[in-house]
Amino acid sequence: MSSLIAALSGLLFGIGLLASGMTDPAKVKGFLDLFGLWDPSLALVMGGAIAVGLIGFTLAAKRTTSWSGEPIDLPKSRVVDLRLVLGGILFGVGWGIAGYCPGPGIVAASAGSLAGGVFVVAMLAGMTIHDRLIAKA
Amino acid sequence: MTVDWSHFTPWSSLVGGLVIGLSTLLLVLGNGRIAGIAGIVGGALQALLGGQGLRNNAVRWLFLAGLIAAPWIWRLFAPLPVTRVDVGWLAVIAAGLLVGIGVRMGNGCTSGHGVCGLSRLSLRSLANVLAFMGAGVVTVTLLRLAF
Repeated sequence: MSSLIAALSGLLFGIGLLASGMTDPAKVKGFLDLFGLWDPSLALVMGGAIAVGLIGFTLAAKRTTSWSGEPIDLPKSRVVDLRLVLGGILFGVGWGIAGYCPGPGIVAASAGSLAGGVFVVAMLAGMTIHDRLIAKA
Repeated sequence: MTVDWSHFTPWSSLVGGLVIGLSTLLLVLGNGRIAGIAGIVGGALQALLGGQGLRNNAVRWLFLAGLIAAPWIWRLFAPLPVTRVDVGWLAVIAAGLLVGIGVRMGNGCTSGHGVCGLSRLSLRSLANVLAFMGAGVVTVTLLRLAF
């Protein structure tokens, strides 16, 4: 049950990204180009996703066990610290340079985009650099 | 601010967003987990590099398998959307490194903090989203002015 849910959720996520246009880096950069020619599409993607997400997380908050029997395991930390903000800034700079964030990068790579593939390999390297070196420093 | 009406796709983006929302709803109510791509990829990758087999993180790998399968299933019904990359290879590599380091340091990305975190009304996620949105806008603006 939990395997089927995980695979279906991943599939829906990817289909949603493709349908929304977010696998096209130029569209993402168009949203971030707030002071130039602005493409508001990403705001509608976020709005639509959060509208449904609110229902899901509101229902989840009232339960302790999920449909598959696994416990509902949500982050408990409420601390806003330097790591959280600096991580966001580094991510935002990278996002702004190429127009890829992790999900669209992976879907674009799987769709055959060479740039998407190169981005994903570099991202995996970056994740490893953080987890093996920076987080332990 | 000038709206780029020729590229603005309100309906398809809204529908795509609703489907993404459905994915997060399914994962949290179905498995009790956050649909955060950075956390899922990072966790699975570090477990793999640490010598753990795929079975130890089966739900993470299956989520990723679904994500990777999406364009292949899409292609059976419709042509894949075009992708336009307007920077060179070095920039793509630098972007990947920054995104990889940043999402692990900040514990999440557009999905985990953006979609799921804001849906949970998490202040932590709001702080992270404001940081990456702000940095993204500044970066795109500076790149446009510089080139």
